[in-house]
Amino acid sequence: MDPQTTGDLLRNLLTAAWLLPLLGFIAEIYWLRWSHRLSKSSALCAVACIGLGFLCSFSALMVWGNATGWAALSPVEHHGSSEHHGSEASHPEHAPADAAAVIAGAGHENHGEEVAHSAKSVQKAFSGTFYQLAKFGSLKLSLDWYIDSLTLVMFTMVTFIATCIHIFAIGYMKDELTEEYEDHEVHTSHGHFTRPGRFHRFFAYLSLFCFSMLGLVLAGNIFQVFIFWELVGVCSYLLIGFYIERKSASTAANKAFIMNRVGDFGFLIGLMILWTWCGTFQFADSPTSGDAGLFTMVRGNDGKLDVSEDGKEVFLRDASGHRLQQHGQDRSIGYLLLIAAGCGIFAGCIGKSAQFPLQTWLPDAMEGPTPVSALVHSATMVAAGVYLAGRFYPMFTPEVLLVIAYIGCITLFIAATIAVVATDIKRVLAYSTISQLGYMMLAIGVGGWGAGLFHLVTHAFFKSLMFLCSGSVIAGCHHVQEMPRMGGLRRKMPITAYTMLVGVIAISGLAIPVLNIGLSGFYSKDAIVASALAYSNLNPVHSLLFFTPLVTAGITAFYMFRLWFLTFAGEPRDQHVYDHCHESPRVMTTPLIVLAVLAGACAWGWLMFDGDGNPGLLSPVAVDAEVAGEQPAESASWWKWLSNGGKEGPLCGGEAGPLFRLLADSAVVSADEPYTSLGPAKITIPSHHQIHEVHPQAGVMALIAAFAGSILAYVMYGVRGIRAEDIRRQFPGVHEFLVDKWRFDVLYDAMFVRPVHVVSAWCTGFDKHVLDVVLHTSAKVVQSVAQWDRKFDEGMVDGLVNLVGNVTRSVGMSLRVVQTGRLRQYVMWVAVGVVVLFAVLITATPR
Amino acid sequence: MGGVGLEAYLIVGAILFVCGVVCMATKRNAIGVLMGVELVLNGANINFVAFSRFTPLGLDGQSFALFVVVLAAAEAAVALAIALNFYNNHTTIDVDRGNELHG
Repeated sequence: MDPQTTGDLLRNLLTAAWLLPLLGFIAEIYWLRWSHRLSKSSALCAVACIGLGFLCSFSALMVWGNATGWAALSPVEHHGSSEHHGSEASHPEHAPADAAAVIAGAGHENHGEEVAHSAKSVQKAFSGTFYQLAKFGSLKLSLDWYIDSLTLVMFTMVTFIATCIHIFAIGYMKDELTEEYEDHEVHTSHGHFTRPGRFHRFFAYLSLFCFSMLGLVLAGNIFQVFIFWELVGVCSYLLIGFYIERKSASTAANKAFIMNRVGDFGFLIGLMILWTWCGTFQFADSPTSGDAGLFTMVRGNDGKLDVSEDGKEVFLRDASGHRLQQHGQDRSIGYLLLIAAGCGIFAGCIGKSAQFPLQTWLPDAMEGPTPVSALVHSATMVAAGVYLAGRFYPMFTPEVLLVIAYIGCITLFIAATIAVVATDIKRVLAYSTISQLGYMMLAIGVGGWGAGLFHLVTHAFFKSLMFLCSGSVIAGCHHVQEMPRMGGLRRKMPITAYTMLVGVIAISGLAIPVLNIGLSGFYSKDAIVASALAYSNLNPVHSLLFFTPLVTAGITAFYMFRLWFLTFAGEPRDQHVYDHCHESPRVMTTPLIVLAVLAGACAWGWLMFDGDGNPGLLSPVAVDAEVAGEQPAESASWWKWLSNGGKEGPLCGGEAGPLFRLLADSAVVSADEPYTSLGPAKITIPSHHQIHEVHPQAGVMALIAAFAGSILAYVMYGVRGIRAEDIRRQFPGVHEFLVDKWRFDVLYDAMFVRPVHVVSAWCTGFDKHVLDVVLHTSAKVVQSVAQWDRKFDEGMVDGLVNLVGNVTRSVGMSLRVVQTGRLRQYVMWVAVGVVVLFAVLITATPR
Repeated sequence: MGGVGLEAYLIVGAILFVCGVVCMATKRNAIGVLMGVELVLNGANINFVAFSRFTPLGLDGQSFALFVVVLAAAEAAVALAIALNFYNNHTTIDVDRGNELHG
């Protein structure tokens, strides 16, 4: 297939996957027109839409893979093993790109040529325009599409997880299938508040949410991203505030929306800077006019910034790699401006992905129904921020990346510590989400671009799994969410308990070295920690960026196992809850099992390649025998396996696995060599190779931390060797500080909410005591003037008119007596009149 | 030509006019009133004719007189119809009874 056909096919498939949920939304919002409130059909419609979307996305992924010959997946990367990092292995892009060239370039003879050239022979990214919305001067606003492996993986992941969540929600939301839903948390003067069920509306919002998120991922320009960014915000507002009658829910919805607006303010500033200096919003070069897109402008074709010698300017380049000219001079953007633009766009990501300092909205967002939390925390909303940071990576200078890394670092630590003391099952998960998002941001910030997005996908699987498990627990326990009231539930709800355990192990990053098995979180967290270690080796000043995530890996394992032990293990602490709880119906447990399998296995390579690098069960291409033969067969040694970051062995996964390769394939910025910033901060971004060198070290440390955390949790909550209450009593200050969520809410209350209240109190006072007084006085003056005016009207004008009327009337009355009606009298008058006339005529006429 | 002069005619006309007015003012019978009207009109006619004979007025006065005769005939026809209607409504032709239009 030629690139044009492939591009069109990909576009059509993804557009279908994108628009199906919109169709579902339109159908569901008017569902009551052709169905009734008690019908489950709206949910089936939503599931069908998103499920078909998944099929479309998955086939698009397959089409893309076939078109590129699965070059991204060839298992020839082995620079991680120490004996192999010779000259060839130092170019990780080299081998796959060559393989791609062999497959695609039948008539080409560029086999042995340099990487840049051969990489071009297989088109990795496809882009184009759906529709041009408007054109103002040189500003073009259009609906574009941009498809590369990141888009495809995100589409497949989002639609798949959303499908599972939709199915789960059919069971979870069945309470709403009623004409009179009684909300136990809203009290009115007549007892509990009742309203008609909103089953169809819930699914309509879910569909709209998926549509917005898919549109965001498919978007081909940053302005379009912004549009869908806001749509995602609106949908989260609608869903968090689904129980809008509850005060807490409506407040949480407002909080989420307003916090996001704060971030979007920065986003808009970034947009304005980019448009002013680059004059375009497109990501990719225009296929028709050949105008350079943002990525090419800033990064050229070689993925490097073209910085001027004094480090103050970055030259912009056209599609062929030459500097853009304007008025005979090289066009450039100030380095500081590029930093500002990057930070601005990242501010949007901070809001959306609930990073420090805008993280407080996410825990409050737990007010929404649990399937919404699962969707918000895995596939949509918060994923959007990380996705954008990843998508926009080429625009970020090392200084912006440093900001991103520190924000991520602070966030992941703060959130993890709060999660340790949280008792609400959903809140623990919420804080763990914030913490994991911090990991992703940190990874992107330290140059582990692939690692960050890898973690985004693996995290999406196990976090949606855990949220759905918690939803199952909450539904089973009749809306009890406090973990101190649970305990021992694994005997009552085994499927939920053990699928949850899979998620807990995955997020903790645990692996079993002897069996060489690690769940998905192990691989992705390993990759992040390795990136951070390589970064801190190159920039010793920033070594905090390595130690914090390492320690937090331990904390993560601790609080996740604490959650599991408190909920499912031990003895029931509240007999009433225990007696009434029950396992969820099949419609809810099936998605759990499916997600548990994927949460464990999504990073593995066995689907594509077996341990020796031979094509596996589902491998789409026969891999070159020579290449496969190079793969070391020493997987028996578990130490070797571990020290290679789990890249070899029966479940060859992680960075050698297909998921990571697929994601890393879409990188615009190559990480072949370390890159040292020429800007104000002298930072070096580690190369792929440097990260691989430290991978064993980092992997071992992270695994030790995770094991330490989980063992501590087992001792404290599993066998109760150490009593948590004792520790709490010893450090009451720390405990209270953490329970208060680091007092961020208090701080924001004091910094923003209260000042606003004070200012508004002043405004009220000014209104009441100045404006109102002026108004009232003028009103009184007008009133008295009006009273005088009334008197004048009544006395003078009316009097005159009445006088005329009265006179006329009295004259008429007095003339009335003359009209006797007697004929003879009239004749007399005529005669007398004639005589008088005659007399007057005689006397008056001059003779 | 001696004999009867203008004054004599005017006197006759004046007498006829006064007779007619007195008749109109005193008769309660509608027909009587009509007769008074005829007297008044013809008193005026005599004046016209006399003036046409004795002054340079010429035939104008006579033609006026002819018109008055025609007019009197028409008026009499209308008035008699009114009188008949009046009788139908009041079973009398006493004009003093027809005072419904008094103020």
